[in-house]
Amino acid sequence: MCGIISVVDRAGNRMDGSKIKKALSLMDERGSGEGAGYAAYGVYPEFADCYALHVFFDNIVETKSFVDDLLKIWGTIEHDEEIPTFEGPNLKKVHTPWRYFFRPDASLMSGTPSPEEDIVTYLVMKVNTSIPGALVYSSGKNIGVFKAAGWPEDVADFYRIQDYEGYIWLAHNRYPTNTKGWWGGAHPFNLLDWSVIHNGEITSYGTNRRYIESFGYRCTMFTDTEVVAYLVDLLARKHGLDEEMAVRALAPPFWDDIDAMPRKEKEMNLAIRLAYGSAMMNGPFAIVVANSEGICGFSDRIKLRPLIAAEKGDRLYISSEEAAIRCMEPELDRVWMPRAGEPVIGRVR
Amino acid sequence: MAVGSVPLRYRITIDRDRCMECGRCVENCPYGTFRWEGDRIVVDSRNCTACHRCIAMCPRDAISLAEYPCDYRSHPLWTRDAREAIYNQARSGKIILAGMGNVQPLPPIFDSLLLDACQVTNPSIDPLREPMELRTYIGKKPSKLEFSRTPDGDVDLRTELTPNLMLETPIMIGHMSYGAISLNAQLALAKGAHGAGTFLGTGEGGMHPAIFPYQDNMIVQVASGRFGVDVDYLNRGAAIEIKIGQGAKPGIGGHLPGEKVCADVSCTRMIPMGSDAISPAPHHDIYSIEDLAQLVRSLKEATEWKKPVFVKIAAVHNVAAIAAGIARSSADAVVVDGFRGGTGAAPKVFRDHVGIPIEAAISAVDQKLRNQGVRNEISVVASGGIRNAADVTKAIALGADAVYIGTAALVAMGCRVCGNCYRGLCPWGIATQRPDLVARLDPEKEGEHVANLIHAWTMEVSELMGAAGINAIESLRGNRDRLRGYLLDEGMLKVLDVKPVGA
Ligand code: SF4
Ligand code: SF4
Repeated sequence: MCGIISVVDRAGNRMDGSKIKKALSLMDERGSGEGAGYAAYGVYPEFADCYALHVFFDNIVETKSFVDDLLKIWGTIEHDEEIPTFEGPNLKKVHTPWRYFFRPDASLMSGTPSPEEDIVTYLVMKVNTSIPGALVYSSGKNIGVFKAAGWPEDVADFYRIQDYEGYIWLAHNRYPTNTKGWWGGAHPFNLLDWSVIHNGEITSYGTNRRYIESFGYRCTMFTDTEVVAYLVDLLARKHGLDEEMAVRALAPPFWDDIDAMPRKEKEMNLAIRLAYGSAMMNGPFAIVVANSEGICGFSDRIKLRPLIAAEKGDRLYISSEEAAIRCMEPELDRVWMPRAGEPVIGRVR
Repeated sequence: MAVGSVPLRYRITIDRDRCMECGRCVENCPYGTFRWEGDRIVVDSRNCTACHRCIAMCPRDAISLAEYPCDYRSHPLWTRDAREAIYNQARSGKIILAGMGNVQPLPPIFDSLLLDACQVTNPSIDPLREPMELRTYIGKKPSKLEFSRTPDGDVDLRTELTPNLMLETPIMIGHMSYGAISLNAQLALAKGAHGAGTFLGTGEGGMHPAIFPYQDNMIVQVASGRFGVDVDYLNRGAAIEIKIGQGAKPGIGGHLPGEKVCADVSCTRMIPMGSDAISPAPHHDIYSIEDLAQLVRSLKEATEWKKPVFVKIAAVHNVAAIAAGIARSSADAVVVDGFRGGTGAAPKVFRDHVGIPIEAAISAVDQKLRNQGVRNEISVVASGGIRNAADVTKAIALGADAVYIGTAALVAMGCRVCGNCYRGLCPWGIATQRPDLVARLDPEKEGEHVANLIHAWTMEVSELMGAAGINAIESLRGNRDRLRGYLLDEGMLKVLDVKPVGA
């Protein structure tokens, strides 16, 4: 179950959230009303240089000061505010979503190649593992994740998704099967620039989690998708693999195919499986990963979950259902079904 | 003699109505349980080891074997075993030897771990229709890869891979030396490993020329005695293993009695005929991890850095820390051998009381290596008491890359786990050098049995993986989420890092 839809405007033009709300709601029967969410890139142009930290607070009074203090140790809070929400009959506020626009002090973490990002990653893990009642669920620059436990249209109305504008949108409708439906468990999952939506169950979760945790990441959201966000951060940001190589690592070709490749390619694929075997994801899944430069969708190695791609002009769509894409753009230039494990990549120019 | 003799263990009876007096039992029992008295076969049950050879060979099913009912005064502490061991030692004043694995009635943890299967939301995978990948590489893996792009957009891999062993199944056969087992037995294992696309160990050293055709499937061992070790031997192996310890007898060395050192064994192991071959408990050039690292590197140097080097240790209390040290010694794999590991001969007190279970050891090692960020740099091989495909699967889910089997492979060749291997009279031609007994084992046929066993287990592992929705062994490795503990205490669940059933 679960429904995913994403769109990138390769020219970088921004789109408001009204269409994606409609598209996601079209896939209501893929969800259970226990989680839906949206992520948009380019939503905070006025604070484009700051990390936008979205935090769920169980209790503003007692918990928020701990987060404030922690952030102040590591940098400057340029601005913070409660994320505007609008309660409806179907969606009551369980947590208070808050956003900080935060500027880390790079000098506090010298000696790493990307100190700002390492500080933010550290803060996300720190808050999520040590401050009960606070959960950072979005931490990139000029990116916002908006999610809650509810139906797609209710979550969209709760945040007034139509009022935000982004050049990349991801949206997800959840049918939780392994873990409870709760706000933190809704998709998209985000860390820094990376956001992930996912339809499926990752049977290799135990392996992936223990692998990623050995690099210092801490999984706190009790769901397999979180681990995907961290894996992508590790492979793409820390190890510097490009999208294609990262997807190769997460959903590699079968040995039979590797054996049949020309020597150089064979060696490369062998190396990827040896080095990143524990990052390989198993089980049925269709995933879209985004960063500020574009989106990348791929499915599991035997395509046990649906994934469809389409193009219209500068826009590339990836979704669980063609109908959802057509709901956003009835006239498409091209619609295709990517093969198992084959990435569909849309880069912003 | 005050202690007198101990009662028999087993009673052999011949059903005289069925017996046709062919005399095969007389021929087959090397322990002399049967003998002719005139035209009648008489039985001396005291000699029986319960090896089942006579039963298997009797054309009329005329022989029956039962444990001899002998009621000592019942006592929960002073069991029959405890008392008989004392009688025997009071008489002999010696260390009691024993063969095969630990006989203490300790419950195998494997049996309290249950595997997972998919239902509805997550389809199970049918290995008959979908690819199921059990291919396993043993050796060092890079912790990250570096690529570069050529100006014309081509991608080049810049990281160099170190040599790995490629296995078509995560099941290998552990080390059993020529000497401890017969040449026919070793040949059969080699044929079996070859047939199954996997590897086996030479044991303590030396490779007999008869094994040369299978050298690409052999892992050559370097034990403290250095028997049979020269550069030719090292180069013949696909990999090299340094044996520090062994699960059946942690902390002590090896001993091959002089009687087993026939001309052939003497040649193979480079020791004088008839002399005892003693591998001391420590390697006399290894007193620290640095020393071990030196040996690892000199073996690599000797073989031009073309062979992975394994280090085998017994599972003991601080096994995780030792394994982490080994990971830093340039070794490519660490073999952890649990306290149920078999042996040709060990002091009984070691076999039954020293070491820890492989399940706990593997969990601890895997976790420690992860905590230190070096899990990728070394492969982990679990051994010691792997009885079936479920044990293999569970060992991998706990964190092993592959397993070694030992006793299971011998059982596939006929071994009845009688535990008398140290006496050199193995009725199945396995743990013996007596030519007439060795001749009982047909390497061709038994090699096929060994290969069959590995194939069968490999298929079962694929089925178990498919049921769990996993189609590559990499995704099973260390995947403790796919295990649940049943009737395990909280402490054990914590060590294994698995949830209890229902959670
Ligand atoms: S030792 Fe083996 S062959 Fe001899 S009597 Fe006992 S079971 Fe039969
Ligand atoms: S190898 Fe032979 S002696 Fe040893 S336990 Fe097996 S049957 Fe008995």
